[in-house]
Formats: sequence, C-alpha cells, structure tokens
Amino acid sequence: MNSWSSSFYDMIAAEHPALLPQFKLDNLIRSTEERGYRENVPHGTTVLALKYKDGVIIAGDRMATEGYQVSARRIEKVFRCDDYSAIAISGAAGVCIEMAKLLQVELEHYEKLEGIQLTLEGKANKLSQMIKGNLPLAMQGLVVIPIFAGYDLNKGEGRIYKYDITGGKYEEIDYHSTGSGGKDARNTLKKLYLQDMPDDKAVLVALEALYDAAEEDIGTGGPDMVRGIFPIVKVINKDGITDIEETQIEASYKQLINSRRKAIAKEK
Amino acid sequence: MPLPYYVSPEQMMQDKAEYAQKGIAKGRSILLLEYENGIFFFADNPSASLNKVSEIYDRIAFAGAGKYSEFENLRKAGIRHADIKGFSYSREDVTAKSLANAYSQTLGTIFSQEIKPLEVEILVAEVHDSPDANEIYRIMYDGSICDEKGFTVIGGRADAVKIYLKERFKTGLSLKEALKLSTEALETTINQKLALENLEVAVLDRGRNGRKFRRIRMEELLTLIE
Repeated sequence: MNSWSSSFYDMIAAEHPALLPQFKLDNLIRSTEERGYRENVPHGTTVLALKYKDGVIIAGDRMATEGYQVSARRIEKVFRCDDYSAIAISGAAGVCIEMAKLLQVELEHYEKLEGIQLTLEGKANKLSQMIKGNLPLAMQGLVVIPIFAGYDLNKGEGRIYKYDITGGKYEEIDYHSTGSGGKDARNTLKKLYLQDMPDDKAVLVALEALYDAAEEDIGTGGPDMVRGIFPIVKVINKDGITDIEETQIEASYKQLINSRRKAIAKEK
Repeated sequence: MPLPYYVSPEQMMQDKAEYAQKGIAKGRSILLLEYENGIFFFADNPSASLNKVSEIYDRIAFAGAGKYSEFENLRKAGIRHADIKGFSYSREDVTAKSLANAYSQTLGTIFSQEIKPLEVEILVAEVHDSPDANEIYRIMYDGSICDEKGFTVIGGRADAVKIYLKERFKTGLSLKEALKLSTEALETTINQKLALENLEVAVLDRGRNGRKFRRIRMEELLTLIE
C-alpha cells in the first residue's frame, strides 16, 4: 500500500512537491526592506458563514487589494468544494485560491478512489493539515485563513469550521466571519443572528454583514451598482449547494441601501 | 551442467496470451453502448461495492473485466494520472486518449517483461457534446488498443455478446432501450435470467453539469424496466 493511499494532497506532496503552494522563501527575504512584497500581495477580505434552519450559508465580498490599491474587483473568494461543502478564503489571494483548488481535487480524488465521500469532519480535518503545511509561508506573511462550511449528512445539520495559521481547527456553533473586515461583519452578525432563521432571512443577514464590513474596512468591497458586481452567496443544505442569483442579491441590496438612506434622512 | 530449458519467444508469448485470455473469459461480460445522451455501461456484478465500472474524470469512465485486484490497481492509477494532469494544467486537458495510451503502455510492458501477464481487459470512454466525437478505447491484456464506435463488450463471452448486439444495435437508443438491449444480450448469451439487484449500470450523461458520470441505482432501474 502506498502511504498516501487515497489522498491527492499526500500523493503530490510525495511525488510532485512542486505542485504544492509551499515553496520556500527563506532565502529570498533577508532584510525588512525587501519585505515590501508582503504589502503587494493581494489580500484583504470579508468572508462569513452562518447557520440557518436547514443548513448553512457561506458568503464573501469580491474585492482584492494590494496595499492601498484595488487589484481586482470581481475576484471570487467562496468556492464550492463538492456537493455538500464550500470554502471561503481570506489571506494572500494566490496561495488561498491554490489551496481551495487543491481541496476540491482532494475531495473528488478521495470520493473516486474510495467510492464514498469523506465525512464533513474528515474534510475539515484534511483542510487543517493543508493549512498546517502552509505554515512556513504563513510565517512570511502569505497567510491562509479560510472558513469551511458544509452540510453534515450524518448529523443532518449545517456546520462551520474556522482555522488559525497553524492549522488549528475550531467549530463554530452559529456563525463566523474572517478577513480584514471580519470583525465588522461579526458585529453585525452578533446583532442580527437568530437561531433557525429561514433561508431568505439568513441571506439578508449575510448581505447586511458584508455591507457593514465594506463600509468600515478599506479592504472589503461593497455591492458595485455601477458594474453590477455583488458578493457571492452559497446555500448548502441536504439537497446540495446552490448559488443565490445575482439579481436577487442586487434587489436585496437596493432595498437595504434605501432603508439606510431613509434612516439617515430622518436623523437629519 | 544441465542446460536451462529453452522456450521459444513465440511459445512464451502464446502461453502468456492463453493464460490471460482464460482469466478474462472466466467472469461475466461488461457491455458499453452509445445512447442518446452519452455512453451507457452495463455489467452483471453480484457485489454491490466492488465495482466494475467507475468514474475517472469529468467526462471519462473506466470499466474493467478479469481479475478484480488487477484492474482495480489500474483504475486507481488512472484516477491519479487524471487528477494530477487536471490539477497542473486544466480540467479540459485530461483526455481519454492520453489515459488509454498510458494504460496500453503499462499493460504492454507487463505483458512482455513479467512472467505473469495481467488478466484484464479494460475500457476507457469519454463522452463529448457531439455524439460523433465520443471516444471509446478497448485495451487488452497485452497492451493492444482498439478504438470502438457504437458498442463494445469486454470479458466473459464477449464475442457472442458482440454478435448479438451487432444485429440489433442502432444509434440514438434511449436509456430504457439501451438497458433492455443489454439485458437481452447478456441473458441470451449466458442462457439465464439476470437478477436485478446484481446489475451494475452507469452512464456518462452529457446533459449533466461538471462530472458526467452517474450510477443508475435500484429505484431508477425499477422505473426504467417498467
């Protein structure tokens, strides 16, 4: 038996290490002056996940920044991993996207070899090991801090996992948000979150939290009415994973902006 | 000093081929038919978990006849080959042709260099948006490779099943018709009824999003048979 058995990650780590995002930068960065590159790596984000009555909702804004510049307006930070799970990334965009892609292949690879999907806990643990493998890069500023959310078919409920840079995995029981605007989004979630919300209500809460994060954090993009760019929201439940339509998100934001406008007008 | 036995290369290859053919013919046949929405696989398999037909990649499926442990290794190697290729290039760059060639090389090398050849015959099929573009490769124990159209059969009494299908197969079969024709073909050649719970049926359905491979389970089989 090969030691990597059914894991794609272990296999390429053993046989094609160049395909992993874990290149060594030790010799490249010697002085603090040279560390300017860190600010030039796209990062800055708000991603979040919250549970609702039938499962879990995962969402993220669309903007990437390099230092004080916008580097991309329509980048995607929430990725479907398989039919029952998704990952939302925050940190250095390149490494994060690479890791999300690696996780997708990992889960599919396992499913094809074994003929059965990993359990949600199994998927979350594998991601934890992958983040741990990224620690050398994280120590040099190329941090990957994702949120992993999915529907646990065995338990019949949505679950949310957050991570630290060492790969530490912590389960959240209601909601979580991370990235440069994570704290702002969490504040909104704290006020608006209710247990067992219906899906439409939970989507609105997610959108409002992202909106508040975009208002307070320069690294987070709000709804872009001019170009028609809106956060990505995915809903995961026992029937699988679905994207909330862009038109629906746009309509919700128009409503939200209107009600805020009215509230401000009253204050005056 | 005793001389080592001399066996002529022709004799050695012939012996190996006979040995492999015998092993492959022991099991039941696996049928592949092109149908209206893609490619249809049909096997008689008493085991529910040890599959003969399985998914390799988005548009590619694999079927193996002969010794389970041997084609299972080939299947896993195929998935690894495909996933590494898709990860380092793009998902569209994974093709049945390159996979079939890799299998052919492996089987050919083992056949000529090892004492025991692999007792397997495999199919690699890729579904395309246009039915004319579908690719079906049959690879034999010695690494020889054929590219097939319409239908093909491996394992068991493959030739007899092929003759039956040749007279009755037409293009554009519905899923229901493909299932009916395959059942009849196999039942006629083995001269006994097939048990529904022993059927392993799967399709590469071009209508699906992303991964085209799908197993057809008991509930759906029941509705198709009615």
